[in-house]
Amino acid sequence: MSAVFVWVETLEGKAISSSWEALGAARDLANSLSVPVVAVVFGQNASAIGAEAGQYGADKSLVCEDTSLEPFRMEPYAALLSKLVKEQKPEIVLAVATSRGRELMAASAADTDSGMASEVTEMSLDGSTLQVTKPTYAGKILGKFALEGPGTRFVTIRGRAFKALDADSSKSAAVETVSPALGADEILVKVESFEAEVGKVNLNDAAIIVSGGRGMANNPTNPPADAEDASVWKAKDGFENVLAPLADVLGAAIGASRAAVDAGYIDYEHQVGQTGKNVNPDLYVAAGISGAIQHQAGMRGSKIIVAINKDGEAPIFKLARYGIVGDLYNVVPALTAELKKRLGK
Amino acid sequence: MHVITFTRSTPDTAAKVEVNSSGQVSWGDAATVVNPWDEYSLEEAIVQAKNTSGKASVIAIGPEMHNDALKHSLAMGIDEAIRIWDDGIDVTDSLAWATLAAAAVNKMGDAELVIFGKESIDVGTDQHIYQTARKLGWTMLSYVSKILEINPDTKTIKVEKMLEQGKQVITASLPVVISVMKGINEPRYPSFIGIRKASKAQIPVWSVSDLGISLPASSSKLVAYENPPARDITTEIIDGESVEEKVSKLVDKLLEEKVL
Repeated sequence: MSAVFVWVETLEGKAISSSWEALGAARDLANSLSVPVVAVVFGQNASAIGAEAGQYGADKSLVCEDTSLEPFRMEPYAALLSKLVKEQKPEIVLAVATSRGRELMAASAADTDSGMASEVTEMSLDGSTLQVTKPTYAGKILGKFALEGPGTRFVTIRGRAFKALDADSSKSAAVETVSPALGADEILVKVESFEAEVGKVNLNDAAIIVSGGRGMANNPTNPPADAEDASVWKAKDGFENVLAPLADVLGAAIGASRAAVDAGYIDYEHQVGQTGKNVNPDLYVAAGISGAIQHQAGMRGSKIIVAINKDGEAPIFKLARYGIVGDLYNVVPALTAELKKRLGK
Repeated sequence: MHVITFTRSTPDTAAKVEVNSSGQVSWGDAATVVNPWDEYSLEEAIVQAKNTSGKASVIAIGPEMHNDALKHSLAMGIDEAIRIWDDGIDVTDSLAWATLAAAAVNKMGDAELVIFGKESIDVGTDQHIYQTARKLGWTMLSYVSKILEINPDTKTIKVEKMLEQGKQVITASLPVVISVMKGINEPRYPSFIGIRKASKAQIPVWSVSDLGISLPASSSKLVAYENPPARDITTEIIDGESVEEKVSKLVDKLLEEKVL
């Protein structure tokens, strides 16, 4: 049976919703190949999630709820996925380029000696050849690659680059249960603990991102006498008490420039740019960010960019659709208040 | 313990990189640097080799330009550098890359830890890292933010690993391949003596036949590099008598754009 496989990622018995974007992308490819879309779901609650995948474009689901598959570990997941790929020879295997999706797809592509492209932003079929576009050189260059058929090709797609189908509750996928490929005693990796960060908006999934840069240190609020470093204190206070309220009213994730991260104003996981995350939200608000080329590489895919900066000559204004020249510590609180009023929050 | 790490030369992070009229990726006169993520893997390899009274080696796969990254690695304090290159190697094909990388680790024979930086900015991916682990048949631990313990007696490693949803603590049996995040350490600057020593180093080149393998058929083909479409935008600087007026106008615009 030929097919387009989609790995539906789960966490603690729930589907990660960006997986539906992979099903949406798979539906288009499967239609042009005239083959079914098969969702592959492992771990706790896989059968229910496999049935749910039918609402988002899957014709069928292959599921395994064996306890050795919870929580995610690459070894048992890759062993089982590779086994299914060898048996069923799908044309294409898709997943979203999350941290787990990237490693699972790459591992299974290696196991099956298949071609692979990652973080793809566009793809199309030309006969049996899969043409893909992906950012290279930290987003400064686009690479076009051809993955020729026949044979399985693996692809990870960048979050938000492809659209999920609207849920159709009249549909459901036929669910088939498969057995694990590795025994519990063959798995050499053990998850000792997991510390979840609750309520955090993930930069890769965010429709809106509000980012702060070096300008965050110009906070007019005075640090307490015992603050170790006045500018670090001011910037941290600004992220927490000025930028975060704007993010809250917008339902946005908080980003930062490398300058802000390196200066210790905010944790590295918020960094957008060359050595941080590449993002493509609908709206990107850059506050106190001058717009170094390294930062631009990570956010230039945003649909609308708004720049707020004291320096009207800052390079970020060349990339922005809208700009306000002014001190972010005046502009951002005013913007937050205006949005609260206008959005009725 | 013998620790192996991989690196490559990439354009300076501040360089303007573009596709020139002959379709080649060009960064003008700008220098190359060590792939920015590899600063952390090189530092970690030096530290872990030292902690276990072992040795740190670095490997690059590619043409001569990658000697710059290897010499930088030696100047930082890596003990030994090897470059792999041969006619017909396509470094953009991750399966070929991983096959070569795994063969090189096997040829060295005694390594128990391979460390990668989180990804390579030139090819814009990390897939070759996971594929190297699979070709070696070793356990993969990705996105490591801290090595908590390496026990050479029990041959185990304990690490902290980042996920989108939080942090995990993981234990595994050696040998392992790990990829490390920015922030795992403070990469050192090469010393003056280190730079002088590295500049004189002769870097051996291993060919495909030196590795005793044959390359897999190319699984992906580079069609073309393109400059991203120019952002066709006119920037509108929002004016007003007061900050309240400016933000009100901005919100009008954003509502019109349907991004709120």
